[in-house]
Amino acid sequence: MGRIKTIARRSFLIGSAAIVGGVAFGAYMVKRDIENPLLADAAAGDAVFNPWVKINADGITLVTPHTDLGQGATAMQAMLIAEELDVDIDQVTTTPGAPAAAYYNTALAGETVPFRSNDNSFAAETMRSTMGAVMKVLGAQVTGGSSSVPDSFDKLRQAGAVARETLKAAAAEETGLDISELTTERAAVVLPDGTRIEYTSLAARAAEMDAVTDVPLRDPSQWRLIGKPAQRLDIAAKSTGTQIYSIDLRVDGMVHASVRMNPRKGAPMLGFDASAAEGMRGVSQVVELPYGVAVIADNTWRAFRALEEIEIDWEKAPYPAEQADHWAEVEASFVKDRLDKEWRNDGNVEDALSGGDVVEAEYRAPYVAHQPLEPLSAVVKVTADRVDIWAAHQLPRYVQQRAAARLDMDEEQIFFHSQFAGGSFGHRLEFDNIDVAVDVAAKVPGTPVKLTFRREEDFVQDYNRQIGMARGRGAHADGKVTALDLDIATVSSSRSQSNRLGVPVPGPDTQIAAGAWNMRYAVPNLRVRAYAVPELAPTSSWRSVGASTAGFFAESFLDELIHAAGADPMEERLRLANDPDARAVLEAVAEMSNWGSPLGPRQGRGVALVTSFGVPVAEVVEVTDTDDGIKIDRVWLAAEVGRVVDPVTFNNVAVGGVIWGLGHAMNSEITYSDGSAEQDNFHMAEGMRLYQCPVIEVRALENNPTVRGIGEPPVPPAAPALANAIFAATGTRLREMPFFNIVDFV
Amino acid sequence: MELNVNGKTHQVDVEDDMPLLWVLRDELGITGVKYGCGIAQCGACTVHVDGVAVRSCQMSAGDVDGDITTIEGLGMPDALHAVQSAWVEHQVAQCGYCQSGQIMQAASFLDLNSEPSDDQIDEAMSGNLCRCGTYPRIRAAVKTAAAKLQET
Repeated sequence: MGRIKTIARRSFLIGSAAIVGGVAFGAYMVKRDIENPLLADAAAGDAVFNPWVKINADGITLVTPHTDLGQGATAMQAMLIAEELDVDIDQVTTTPGAPAAAYYNTALAGETVPFRSNDNSFAAETMRSTMGAVMKVLGAQVTGGSSSVPDSFDKLRQAGAVARETLKAAAAEETGLDISELTTERAAVVLPDGTRIEYTSLAARAAEMDAVTDVPLRDPSQWRLIGKPAQRLDIAAKSTGTQIYSIDLRVDGMVHASVRMNPRKGAPMLGFDASAAEGMRGVSQVVELPYGVAVIADNTWRAFRALEEIEIDWEKAPYPAEQADHWAEVEASFVKDRLDKEWRNDGNVEDALSGGDVVEAEYRAPYVAHQPLEPLSAVVKVTADRVDIWAAHQLPRYVQQRAAARLDMDEEQIFFHSQFAGGSFGHRLEFDNIDVAVDVAAKVPGTPVKLTFRREEDFVQDYNRQIGMARGRGAHADGKVTALDLDIATVSSSRSQSNRLGVPVPGPDTQIAAGAWNMRYAVPNLRVRAYAVPELAPTSSWRSVGASTAGFFAESFLDELIHAAGADPMEERLRLANDPDARAVLEAVAEMSNWGSPLGPRQGRGVALVTSFGVPVAEVVEVTDTDDGIKIDRVWLAAEVGRVVDPVTFNNVAVGGVIWGLGHAMNSEITYSDGSAEQDNFHMAEGMRLYQCPVIEVRALENNPTVRGIGEPPVPPAAPALANAIFAATGTRLREMPFFNIVDFV
Repeated sequence: MELNVNGKTHQVDVEDDMPLLWVLRDELGITGVKYGCGIAQCGACTVHVDGVAVRSCQMSAGDVDGDITTIEGLGMPDALHAVQSAWVEHQVAQCGYCQSGQIMQAASFLDLNSEPSDDQIDEAMSGNLCRCGTYPRIRAAVKTAAAKLQET
């Protein structure tokens, strides 16, 4: 067993351990901020060795614990390990591994920032805001918050380097050569005479040695893989229908199931009549649950069809039944006792807005569903002493904890098999599919159950994006914006989510005004206040969380002020920008879009700059007001991310983020009637379709030393840049999403 | 009833109104074809019947009157169809869940129109949703595939 040595500047250690026929390299989490009891969970895994690199005679396995939601996490993690391990991707296999505390997300946890939880300084709050209130407390294996790259960037390279140097030490011992004479390439240690000793044949010896832990990481100039276009590992499978998702799994003896839960989310079922369903072909069991009814059948469609035949009496919703009442609650929330936090107060807004012309405007952002294309699903097998769960989830350890609690078993008895997800966008931070599949499988012990949600059920059971409003007041003088006062009131999706998780977040919700209060502008008089609307329909993290709404409010209203001042939207933003990264991304999109060049008739350009998850992103949108409606012609994006790991995936994900932001701003909302979501399939909330898709050009800037993720930051600027472009083209100011309620799109 | 799928004949005992999608997925274990919406809005379930793209969630098993091809029958990792190799070359997929349907749609479309214009590509591919937003890469891959198919 290898001894663990400290790597002083990190909160993790990498050692080695003997495994059957080989060696594993990985981490112990040992350093813990004792002032934060929320990290106590990590102690459970303290004694468990959790490897990233496993080598035995059969081969090399890289463990990639961040869930692959389509963002390329698996390939990215493998690439970082391979960079230092000196293996090529064709020589290894990857596995997500079993959930473990050692895969604790060091980039998301607030404890890793150099501030204490009682430090409310501007700098401390800035850092925490990039993590989000929910993420702050999870303190465990988390995929979310655009953190997979920042969490992995140093840690996985270190894991690869430790493994490489230990294997070299084993080769030195075996050959009697000095370690300095040895090199490595393509999974082998190479001797001075060119002889190759494969890692796989060194594994048994390496397992008996102390791990070489004091290994400096390579200089970027030596990188073979990072920053160069890579071929994603999953591309061939995803182009041939051979990628298996949890909805595709087949386990021996498996039955199919589907469920109807109370569409008035959170309320129970009062009663049901399943007599029409019970005799239907293929139906083996109708399962009564506190919150609804499930059908077990020999075919998914037969389960779906039987569900439709069940008469169910639902309890009323625990929130207002009608959409108008949701808005009324939001409108009533701009009051002192709902003030969650005054996030920013520069200069003197009240003085600046007393006297003279004051520009005022009110904005709205609706509930929006996540709806990745793979419907919620899970396969669960429950036996007396062991439970197996196959699913895709962003919080795998919580899956184990919840299943254990539901079944009154120990977490160690819950075996989670992480699957590739058919998209998520925050959807797979919630647990309905896990909870229901566990409950149904518990009724048929020993029989694996595959639960598949009908799309309609998935829609109405979604935990939507926060609903909210903003009220802005502002002033200008001499062609410049002089005052901006923005009050934002939304429900707290972070609180809604964390309360359901059973880990309520103390203190203000960093997400309500995220993307607004941290605007990188030096408006002389600038105030941003966040108001928390009491919980209405339950909400959750939706790709980019708070910034998807607050960023729209802030950048749209700033644009109004700039136009009122008679200034150019780009020039005035550049004048106000108070940060070199913000200036750089604005300058980049100005150059890319040839901002200021003449446009055709009925064309317009809009720009927006929003910082979320630490990444300032500027976008320019160019539209034409055609006779058939608004056509989005082109989009340019620049983002400061510190370092791009794989430019191909970076581009794909950034483009996808723009499309996500534009498409939902155009045409997607969830409204409630009779306590239920009114939109239950893609014809009522479709997002962008291909013919509507603009040409999108993306540029990554790598000026900042901090490495950041790109999953979410492209989303928030898209909606305001589109609204600002439509204003420029038509003179119509869009203050409410979705825009298709106001203007037509081609 | 008898179904010919990917060149192989299968006997299935299902209701006439069971959608072909669920015959393929749950009765025959052919899971490259995906369930997305069930109402022909997303295209994830696209397969070919006698070479023509159809939404298998809307075609009843009893109405199938031709040979069925799924993504598995179009080509496999070691023997890619031109459309699939274009998808690999352009690294189209993110989550990948819609891509079987996208590829089947594109293959059928290019079979009918070997020199498509940009507008025709947009029109042909707009019934297939991609929630990840891979549309620009889909456009590029369709063009590459069209060029490849013309060479052969």
